[in-house]
Amino acid sequence: MRLNTRMGEYGGCFVSETLMYALEELESAYLNILPGTEFQAELAEYMTKFAGRETPLTFCRNMSRELGCRVYLKREDLLHSGAHKINNALGQALLAKYMGKKRLIAETGAGQHGVATAIAGAVLGLKVDVFMGDIDIERQALNVSRMKMLGARVIPVSSGTRTLKDAINEALRDWVAQVRDTHYLIGTVVGPHPFPLLVRDLQSVIGKEARRQIFEAEGRLPDCIVACIGGGSNAIGIFHAFIGDPSVRLFGVEAGGEGLDAKHGATLCGGRPGVLHGNYSYLLQDAFGQILESHSVSAGLDYPGVGPEHAMHKDSGRVTYQAVTDTEALEAFLYLSRTEGIIPALESSHAVAYARKIAPALKKDSILIINLSGRGDKDVETVNRYLEMGS
Amino acid sequence: MNRIEEVFQKRKTGLLMTFTVAGDPDYDTSLSIMRALLQGGADIIELGLPFSDPAADGPVIQQADQRAIESGMNTDVFFRLVSEFRKESDIPLVVLTYTNLILQREIAKFYQDAANAGIDAVVVADLPYEEAGEYIGAAEQAGISPVMMVSTTTSPERLSRILSVKSGFIYLVAALGVTGVRREVNPEALRYLEMIKQATSTPVAPGFGISDREQVQEWFRAGADAVIVGSALVRLIGENLDSRQEMNRKITACVRELKE
Ligand SMILES: Cc1ncc(COP(=O)(O)O)c(C=O)c1O
Repeated sequence: MRLNTRMGEYGGCFVSETLMYALEELESAYLNILPGTEFQAELAEYMTKFAGRETPLTFCRNMSRELGCRVYLKREDLLHSGAHKINNALGQALLAKYMGKKRLIAETGAGQHGVATAIAGAVLGLKVDVFMGDIDIERQALNVSRMKMLGARVIPVSSGTRTLKDAINEALRDWVAQVRDTHYLIGTVVGPHPFPLLVRDLQSVIGKEARRQIFEAEGRLPDCIVACIGGGSNAIGIFHAFIGDPSVRLFGVEAGGEGLDAKHGATLCGGRPGVLHGNYSYLLQDAFGQILESHSVSAGLDYPGVGPEHAMHKDSGRVTYQAVTDTEALEAFLYLSRTEGIIPALESSHAVAYARKIAPALKKDSILIINLSGRGDKDVETVNRYLEMGS
Repeated sequence: MNRIEEVFQKRKTGLLMTFTVAGDPDYDTSLSIMRALLQGGADIIELGLPFSDPAADGPVIQQADQRAIESGMNTDVFFRLVSEFRKESDIPLVVLTYTNLILQREIAKFYQDAANAGIDAVVVADLPYEEAGEYIGAAEQAGISPVMMVSTTTSPERLSRILSVKSGFIYLVAALGVTGVRREVNPEALRYLEMIKQATSTPVAPGFGISDREQVQEWFRAGADAVIVGSALVRLIGENLDSRQEMNRKITACVRELKE
């Protein structure tokens, strides 16, 4: 590898020898193709005219009044496909095309990344196979139908815990067999180097826009930014442009599930460092290093690992990582829908829930930005079931 | 010189290295399977220390890992199992596992515990050359042979760096993809073997996909020092869970046939 593969002490390339070839090839594309003017111009064209960038930074009148500070939403939910995942999927799919690859594979939990990859494959003329745990296939049925309609093949994964973690295992197994003509379009800032860097760079457009937009609206930096953390791509995407501004407090919100002393998916809050899926980062694991099953009402946060860059920011203290429970996220889902007329993804609802918790301690003119990573259409069944149980 | 170096140095014919998962389907049966492998004439026994997320393995070995973990296998029990078997036999023992299990025990402690249990060599499926430095150092410190993996996608530059490590043997990944039975030997891998043999005197053992006598013989003719057979044996375990006697008889017969 030509670059440093570590982010602080985290990251690295823990893969089978066969895949080192593909990672070296990808790193070389990351260094030589991605920054090129032709590539950047073509990507910008897709981002603006196809995906719908830039996304608005919406001032929330009602929520601001209720919470007692100035609340903004970065509207990644308005992107084509309905989530931030398309920023990464279009970028990597275009890169794969420039690299001469014929086929894309992807893992998906919530289905948003699978849908984004299916869209990118369709528009760029690449074949798409998506691995998805059969538990997730059931709880995100709408997205499974969307992927199929977009021409992708959805391959059910019935090994292990049958969720996102195992979908990644299966994608890695496929990649190692088809390494020459296939690109593994990983959906978040995890995996071996250079994926965490590549996905971070492609998602950092969120923070770049938000920084300019908040200066336009308020003439100054925000005080707090809140984003949910599955693998951590939407969070790194919005944080990255503000990392060097110490006055901006950054909050990453993990899936607290049924509570940190019960089943959860809060890797940074409740795990310790180890190696999974090609990188060294925080993990939910037992004393021997066997990976534990995670739990979240939100499929996109139901993962026992997290991106290495977040592990670094946790240790340095630059970002504060906290968890909210399933119940708090479900309540926030309804709250945002009714207060602002925006139905958020259950993943993003975790960020909304945490913002509601910290807002009372902020001043009236404090500025708080929530990264609204996706819209909630895919989750209405899950929320309906919860409402029925409650009534 | 440890047992693994010795067996390669003294070899007159190609060696058969069997792979099974420790604790599959349970501790006692696993011990009896190791005896059955010995009885069939295995030259080297490779044991998988099972990991919850074996991304380099196909479905046959994944299921074996799961059976083993469910029956209570973990790193402590693994070393106990190996120590117990070591009292009965001097056969070279190799462990195959994944990085996290070594890391969580602490690297130096893992290799020391392995040496104390009677293990001779350690292969790590997700630890390429770039990440392996500390692990190789700890292995050598404990008197264990590190084993480096090489694949047909390994470039000549990488190969020469990998060969600079003093490996017990080179594990040649004989088929692109995960472990599992393949019908035919990959000609590209045979050519790759020739290339490695020209570059080093370290023994080379192909594994992944090799499942029958014909394939084993083809590899020996091509110059392999040992051949690793895994999924074919693990499958026999999975297919005979309701009769341990039958299982062991079939395993012994299978090894005997592979050796002929
Ligand atoms: C809308 C939405 N937000 C967030 C996530 C979590 O992923 P990440 O942490 O990479 O942003 C997902 C994952 O599927 C998602 O669909």
